[in-house]
Amino acid sequence: MDAAVTVTDLVVHRGRRRVLHGLSATLPRGQVTGLLGPSGSGKTTLMRALVGVQVVRSGSVSVLGETAGSPGLRARVGYVTQAPSVYADLTVRENARYFAALYGVGAAAADAALADVGLTDAAGQLVTDLSGGQQGRVSLACALVGVPELLVLDEPTVGLDPVLRVELWARFHALAAAGTTLIVSSHVMDEAGRCDRLLLIREGRLLSDSTPQELRARTGTEDLEAAFLTLVRTAEETAA
Amino acid sequence: MTAATLPRRTAPAAPHPPGGLRLTAATAARVLRQLRHDHRTVAMMLVLPSALLGLLYLLWADLPTVPGQPSTFDRVGLTMLGIFPFVVMFLVTSIAMLRERASGTLERLLTTPLSRPALLLGYGLAFGLAAAAQAVVTVSVATIGYDLDVAGPVYLVVLIAVVDAVLGVALGLLASAFARSEFQAVQFMPVIVLPQFFLCGLLVPREQMAGWLQAVSDVLPLTYAVEALQEVGASAGASGTMWVDVAVVAGAALLALGAAAATLRRRTS
Ligand SMILES: Nc1ncnc2c1ncn2[C@@H]1O[C@H](COP(=O)(O)OP(=O)(O)OP(=O)(O)O)[C@@H](O)[C@H]1O
Ligand SMILES: [Mg+2]
Repeated sequence: MDAAVTVTDLVVHRGRRRVLHGLSATLPRGQVTGLLGPSGSGKTTLMRALVGVQVVRSGSVSVLGETAGSPGLRARVGYVTQAPSVYADLTVRENARYFAALYGVGAAAADAALADVGLTDAAGQLVTDLSGGQQGRVSLACALVGVPELLVLDEPTVGLDPVLRVELWARFHALAAAGTTLIVSSHVMDEAGRCDRLLLIREGRLLSDSTPQELRARTGTEDLEAAFLTLVRTAEETAA
Repeated sequence: MTAATLPRRTAPAAPHPPGGLRLTAATAARVLRQLRHDHRTVAMMLVLPSALLGLLYLLWADLPTVPGQPSTFDRVGLTMLGIFPFVVMFLVTSIAMLRERASGTLERLLTTPLSRPALLLGYGLAFGLAAAAQAVVTVSVATIGYDLDVAGPVYLVVLIAVVDAVLGVALGLLASAFARSEFQAVQFMPVIVLPQFFLCGLLVPREQMAGWLQAVSDVLPLTYAVEALQEVGASAGASGTMWVDVAVVAGAALLALGAAAATLRRRTS
C-alpha cells in the first residue's frame, strides 16, 4: 500500500528564518501518526504544508496522490488548527452545519459529528459561551463532519479531561481502522504511546520515524518521555 | 460519547461535489446568522442612517428655499442615501474579514472546497441583503417622515443604495487584505471614502471643479452613484444616464471583488 502523504526535502522559511530544513517523511495510510517535538520545532508549519496553506521554499508534499493543496484534495482533507478556528458568534450547531455545507454533506452529518465529540447537549449554545476545551471540540467536529480521508489535527486534545481524551483517541483509532489516515501533533507523551507511528522533529529536522515499540527498544527505556529526552539530548550532543 | 462503539460513517465525503453557487449561498447565510446574533449591530444598521438623516432635515428645516430649485435637504439627503450604505458596509466588511483572518477561520476555509471567489461573493450577497433592509428603512423614513422629494420611483433609490453597498463591501474586502490590524482597517475608511465624498459633486458641482480634479472624480465610482441618485431625484422615469451610472458602480464593485480575490492568498508564510 502506498503512503498517504510523502514529504520530500521540504524547506520552509517563516519570516527570515528557515523553519524546516529539508524534511522528508511518509505517513502510512489508515494509521494514526503522532507528530512530536519541542515547542517551536515546526509541527504546525509541517501541518500547514500538508493542507496547502504554507508557502514552501523547496521540496515537495504529495497528499493522497496529488500535490498538497490542490483543489481536488480540499474535500478529502480535514484540518484542525492549533487554536480553535470556529465562529465564536455562532452556535455550535450553526458552525457544524456551515462546515457540513462546505463539504457537501447534510445537517444529519453535522449532528453526527457533534455527537462524536460529545457536544450534542451544547449544540444550541454560542461558541463564545463555551469552555476552552469545548471550543476545541467544536473545531474538531467541524473537520470530522466531512468524513475526510486524511485528518490533520494540531494538538486536538489540549485542555481535555482524561475521560474525553481516551474517548477521542478511541474515535481516532476507529477512524483509522475504517481507512482514514490521521496525523496528530501532541505534547502529551502518554498520547504518543497510542499512535501507530511517531515522527519526532526538533528544530525543523526529523529526529526519528518509528513505532513506539521501536523507539522504546532503541533508547532502552519503557517510558516514552524518557526515550524522547534521550533522543533530543543525543541530537544536541552530536550537534555540539 | 461512546466513540469506539458508534456506528462508522464511511460514506464518501461529497457524493455530489458542492457547486460554487451553493457554497456562496451557504457562506452568505452564515454571515447573516453571525449578524443576527449581534442585535445591537443590526439595530444600529437599521436606525442610524435614518437618525442622521433626521439631523440634516432639522438643520435645513427653517431655511428659505430658492423657488424652482430642489431644497438643500432634497439634494443632500438624497445623496446621503447612497453614501450611508457605502460607508457602513465598507467598515463592517473590512472588520468582518479581519476577524476571519485573526480567528484562523480564514486559513481553515482555504483548506475546504470553498473557493476564494465564492467566499467573497458570499460576503457581497450577505451584506448586500443587509443593505437592502437598511435602504428600505432609510428611504421610507426619508420620504414619509422627512418629506424628501424624489421625482422618480423610490425603488430605484433602494436599488442604487444596494449597488452602492455592494461597492462598499467589495472595497472593504480589498482593503482588509492590506490591513494587519483593526486599527489599520478602520483608518482605511477615510482614505477610501472621504476623497470620493469630496469629489462626487455634492460639495462643489463637478463642472466647477479644476480640470484635473474633475478627471479624478471621473474615475471614482461614488461619483456615478451620486449622479444616479440625482437623476432619480430629478426625473420621473428611469433615465438612460442613470442606468449607465448604475452599471459603472456595479462594474467597479465586480472589479474590486476580483482584485480582492487576487490579493487573497491561499498560501501564506
Ligand atoms: N507567522 C510566523 N511568522 C514568522 N515565524 C513564525 C510564524 N509562525 C511560526 N513561526 C516560527 O516558526 C517556527 C516553528 O513554528 P511552529 O508553529 O511550526 O512550531 P510548533 O512545533 O507547532 O510549536 P508549538 O508546539 O509551540 O505549537 C518557530 O520558531 C516560530 O517562531
Ligand atoms: Mg504548533
